Order: sequence, then structure tokens, then C-alpha cells
Amino acid sequence: MSKSLAIKWIVIIVILLGSMALIYPNYSWYSKPEAERTKLESLGNKPQRLLNLGLDLRGGSSLLLELDVTKLSDREPLNEAMARAIEIIRNRIDQYGVGETSITRQGDKWILVQLPGVANPAAAEALIGKTAMLEFHIVKNDTTAAEKAITKLESMDEPYDQDGALKPEIAELLPEGYTIFRTKDGGYNLVDKTAKVTGADLDDAHLTMYGENGYPEVAFSFNAEGAKKFGQLTGSNIGKQLAIVLDNTIQSAPVVQSRITKEGRISGTFTLEEARQLTIVLKAGALPAPVRIIEKRTIGPTLGEDSIKSGLSASLYALVAILLFMMIYYKWAGFISDIALVLNLVLLMAIMSYFSATLTLPGIAGIILSLAMAIDANVLIIERMREEKLLGKPIATIIQLGYDKAWSAIIDSNLTTIIVGCCLLQFGTGPVKGFAVTLIIGLVVSLFTAVFVTRAIYELLLTSNPKEISL
Amino acid sequence: MMTFFPKTNIDFLKYRKVYFTVSTLIFIFGIILFFTKGLNMGIDFTGGTLVQVKFEQPVEMAAIRDALTQTGNESDLQSYGDNTYAVREKGSEADIAEVQAGVEKALDTLNVPYTVQQANFVGPAVGQDMAERAVWAIVLSLVLIIIYVAFRFSNILWGTSGVVALFHDLFVMAVAFALTQREIDLVVVAAFLTVAGFSINDTIVIFDRIRENMRLTPRASLAELINRSINETLSRTVITSLTVVGSLFILYFFGGEALNSFAFAMLVGCICGVYTTIALTTPLVYVWTHGGENKEAAVATAKPARKAETEKKPVEKKEDAKPAASGNGPSKKSVRKSRRNRR
Repeated sequence: MSKSLAIKWIVIIVILLGSMALIYPNYSWYSKPEAERTKLESLGNKPQRLLNLGLDLRGGSSLLLELDVTKLSDREPLNEAMARAIEIIRNRIDQYGVGETSITRQGDKWILVQLPGVANPAAAEALIGKTAMLEFHIVKNDTTAAEKAITKLESMDEPYDQDGALKPEIAELLPEGYTIFRTKDGGYNLVDKTAKVTGADLDDAHLTMYGENGYPEVAFSFNAEGAKKFGQLTGSNIGKQLAIVLDNTIQSAPVVQSRITKEGRISGTFTLEEARQLTIVLKAGALPAPVRIIEKRTIGPTLGEDSIKSGLSASLYALVAILLFMMIYYKWAGFISDIALVLNLVLLMAIMSYFSATLTLPGIAGIILSLAMAIDANVLIIERMREEKLLGKPIATIIQLGYDKAWSAIIDSNLTTIIVGCCLLQFGTGPVKGFAVTLIIGLVVSLFTAVFVTRAIYELLLTSNPKEISL
Repeated sequence: MMTFFPKTNIDFLKYRKVYFTVSTLIFIFGIILFFTKGLNMGIDFTGGTLVQVKFEQPVEMAAIRDALTQTGNESDLQSYGDNTYAVREKGSEADIAEVQAGVEKALDTLNVPYTVQQANFVGPAVGQDMAERAVWAIVLSLVLIIIYVAFRFSNILWGTSGVVALFHDLFVMAVAFALTQREIDLVVVAAFLTVAGFSINDTIVIFDRIRENMRLTPRASLAELINRSINETLSRTVITSLTVVGSLFILYFFGGEALNSFAFAMLVGCICGVYTTIALTTPLVYVWTHGGENKEAAVATAKPARKAETEKKPVEKKEDAKPAASGNGPSKKSVRKSRRNRR
């Protein structure tokens, strides 16, 4: 084996092993029962770099929201307002407790909220429409009653009823004037029921990169009214924890160091990202402008399941039919293209898993087109080889010329289609984009498998000096 | 060697007037169809609401239609097969929850158990935005294709005829959808895009062959080059199309409802694509080239039938001459032999 051929094969084997490693987590994840997956997902234990299924394949709801930009404050640029709106909505949806939601900006003023597996999005919709409530409560975990309540809480699955109020068996354990909020990390805190200061009194919040102890901090300021109230609250509670509660979830609970009036700081061992999020949440108080639902799609889980089952089995039949046909019609050469075709699918899955891409029906269409073009590339090459074979050339020359002559057609057609794919990626929305992504990845992969890999196989075969390779 | 097609030598250009007539007729027919029947655009583009239900037992469509009159809204009903029906209210901005509740209430009177499989609401602004973006994407792609092909094949006519072919394929697909009144939704748009990609691919393979033959025999006439190139790539065109069309048939029959209209669109587009590649792209290049270069050539080709007859033989000779020129005596014989064997 020549050195260059050895290098080719090392490249192929490394890529193959890498792909296997990327695909394996998908296998172990999707072979778990549905219930276990949902549970792990809600705990945030879903592995990263998995191939996701789109709502059209797994069922769920998607909401497209429009921010009413006419009601934005003049001081706030659109991009900042959108980022805030998305953060507020994410905060609220997370509270709703749906596993893996995706909230993304679309175009100028649209926000796409995708709730996989949620067949009735009414509750989520209500949350999105709700006004943000920012409140400051004093934490009171230190009484014996509180300890009792928290132990009880920890034995329960869900302490709140559907309307968000505490369930009676928990409420009766609490001393008069107390309530319980969930903390961001899933724990609970007992707090003073009445919020003395709310987000309505907040003026601004911003991030300080390097605070007193070297960690990022969040600084906030109140308006005059808020400063007075906040001064009273903090002055009489020095040494206690102050819970910053947004939409009934405790974001953080710093210890009050001194009396604070107009301005304050929240310090702790924040990472930059945590501090940034807290700033957004504080600033977020309420949505920058009202949002309106302009598109809503709900796909029942059975429909998604049906389309996966029949779609997958039909695709499998089609694939097997193609593989058999190629093998019968082109013999060994067909078999080699079949290897490339299967490898094409493997690589495509691996790359899509690496980018945690979402597979949708239009995405499958993109895969089909890229596979068709991979087959076409092989047909072009083999047909060229056949032409050369008819001229009675030696086998090494046949292979060499087959690739050389077919190359320009293959690269031109793939490049034009990639150009189209890029246009679609640039202009398309959701589903069209999904098509473009799989198409572009598929085409790049097919150039590799249909040309590079098959040729490496032929060259490997040539090292044993065969008299003929059946085409 | 297994072959469906022995080496052919068909004069494809000869029938170009037939192709142009057929395509013109399809075009006129399509335009009439668009104005009379129109395209059945889905709520993805028109805006509106859709509720899709599946009954557990077969139900008369008329009975469902009757039941739906109770909602008091104007809605249309479509059967998806397998006891699945979709109720649509196009252009409506009514709240989907209300529409769904109304539909469910009406269907309850049928006393047949059912499940709601899908409920969609699309605001009018969204549909318009999607249509606009799709149009922009297509226009930009077409312009870039013309530029790329013009650059690679150093001739703008080629790129343009490729785009005409692409447009032709999409047009025929649209006609098929107008004829069957199948609904055009986003998945169908994906099918249109796929066919567009496929159509370009086919065109480029032929162009590539013409370019190559031009280099090999620079003196050959354009008609000769085109015919030879189509014949030489015919086997590839058929094999590739066959595999794609075959797998689409499988998707069409077994792929389930979600993939059904996708497969339908692709089938129409791919089958039409074979015709377009052979009968439209290169004949257009031919006609345009001669129309632009000089009038004499156009006059000379006005009698293509007779000219083609006389051309046939020299073409064959030239092909046979090639291996001889490469200085390999026996191979020439073996070529003839193998050809005879196949016949």
C-alpha cells in the first residue's frame, strides 16, 4: 500500500470511529423508555449533542409570538427589547416545567416557542401572557414550623396545585403570614408572605464584571419611592436573607449586609453567565411590550408517532431497494457505492448529532435529495468507468478515468445545489431552514463518501492487482 | 455487464418542435387551470385554522359535513384517508381554542369516538411573510445559478436555459397540484425545493458532457454535440431517475399521510425532470445559440429532420475512430463485439 493510500484510509477510519462515537449516545438515549426520557429531561440530565426530533415528528406545540413594537419605550433598542422578552418568556416557561423548550427569535419581532410533548399549550400560553412579578421577600427558614414544613415539602412531588396556589396540606403547616417559594435549583424557602417592595419600584439593574471579591456582581437601583421602602425593609432585617422572587420563583437570596436605599448590589459566587442572567431577570420585571400569539400549532403525540413509524419504515424499504438495485445492476461497483451510501447516512447522523440539530419532515426531504445526489455521483462515475471499459482499457486506467471525467459534473452539480441551499438558509424560516441545513450537510458528506471513500476502496482493491472489477 | 440501454443514437433535437409545442400547451393549460381552479393553498400561506381528527370507526363524510354546519362558521372538510379528516377555516383570525371547541362540540354529536391529532392556527401576517421569504429565496437562487453556470460554462445562455428547465419542472408540479387540488403546505414547498435541486443537477450533468465533447471534437456542430451528449448520458439519466422514482413510489404508498403529498410532488417533479432535461434544456440552448449567432444557421436548421438523417452516420464513425486513434487495435474489435453481444 502506498503512503498516500494509507493516509486516506487512516482519515476514513478516524472519521468512521468518530461518527460512531457521536451516534452512540443517540442509540442509548432513544432506546430508553419514553417515561424515563421525560423524567431525565425534566431533571436536565439529557445528554448534549443528540439528534433531536422536530415537533412534527414527536408531537408537541409551537407558538409564534409577536412583540408589539409600537408599545416599546423609545429608549430601548429593538434587539435589547427582544432579548429581554425572550428571557422573560423563558423564565416563565421553565416555571411551567416542560422538559426541553426552545425559545428563539425569528425575524425582527417574532419569538418562536416550541414545547415538545405538550399537547395542550393553554397553560403555557397563559403564563406567557402573564405580567412579570418581581418581589422582594425576607427569608424565614429558621423557625421550627419552617423546618417541619420543608421536611414535608421534600417528601412531596408537587406542592402547588394547578392554579399555582399551595396545596392545603402544606399551607396548614405554615405559621400565619408565611408562604413558600421554590428556588431556582429546585429547593424551597419559607418567606414572609407580603412583599414589601416589588419590581414596580425598580429603576435599573446592571452587571459589574469584577465585584468586591473578584466575582461578577449585579447592581440595581430603585426610584425614590422604592428607595424609601427598600431602606425600611433592609434596615430592619440586617443579617437575614432577602429573596429576590420573580414570577414565584426565588432567583437568589443574598444576605442583607447593611441598610440599602437607592442602590444595592447582589454579590455571591456568580459566574459571569449567572450574573448576566440575573441582571436580565431583574431588569426584566415585565415584558418590554405586550406579546400576541400569531401562530399556534399542536401536533398530537399519536400523529407524530405515526409519521415517524410509517415514514421511517418506508424510507428503510426505499433504501434497501436502492442498495439491492445498485448491487444487482452494477455488481461489485454497485456494492462499493452501497458502502458509500450507508456511510453517508452514518456521517450525516453524526454531524447532525454533533450540532444537536433538529430533524423535521422537510429535513428528511433534504436528506433524500442529498442521498439521491450521492447515488447520482456514483452512477456518473460507474457509467464513465463502463464507457472506458468498453474501450478495453486496463482496470487501473478505467478507475482513474472514471473519476477524472465524472468529477467536473459532480462538483458542478453539488456546488450549484449548495448555493441554492445557502439561499434557502439565508431567507427561509423554520421548516425551509431545516431542509437547507440537512441538504448542505448531506451534500458535503456525499462529496466525501461518493468520491473520496469509494475511490479509496477501489485503490485498495487495486493493490492486489485484480484482472477485472465487475461493473 | 447489465444494461437497460444499449448504446443509443437517437436524434433528440429532431423533435424539438414537438417538445416546445407540448411545453407551450402545458403552459397554457396550467395558466387556465390557475385562473379557473386555482391552487389549494394551505393555511400556512393563507392564514386560518385547521383541526385534524381521527375517528375510531369509519364515518360518512356527508354526516361530518352536516354536523359541522352546527358550528355556524364556514369551514371546509378534507379527507386524509384512514378515517382522518381535516376541518379548515381559511383566512379566519378567530381564536383557535374557540374554533377547536366548536368543532369538537359538533363532532361529538356524531357519537363516534375520535382524537384530535393536530390543531393549527396561522395568523395572516405569518403566511404572507413565509410566502415572501420563499419567493426571495427562490429568486436569489435562480440568479446565482445563472451566474454560476454562466461562469463555469462561459455562456450565459446555458445558465438561462437551465433556469427555464427548473422553472418548467416547478410549473408542472404546480399544475399537478392545481389539477388534483391537493393542498400546498410547507412540506410541499420542501418538495418543490428538492425538485429544483434535482433539476439543476440533471441539467449540469448534460452541460458538463457537452462541454467535454466540445473540447474533444471542437469542429463538431452544436446539434451533433448535443445529441451525442444526451445519448451518452442517457443511461445515467435513466438509472438515477429510476432509483429516485422507485424510492419515491415506496414513500408514496407506504410513507404515511405526512409524507404522502411530499412524495406526490417529488414524483411529478422527478418524472417531469427527465423530460425537461432531454427535451427542453439542450434544445433551448441550441435554438438560442443559433438565433443569436447568425440567421443562416437558423435557416439551415429549419429542416432538422433531413439534416439529422445525414448526420447520423458521421457521428457513429467518429466514435469508432476514437479507440483506433488511441493506438489500440484489438480494443476496437472488442468494442464492436460487445456491442453485438448486447443486441
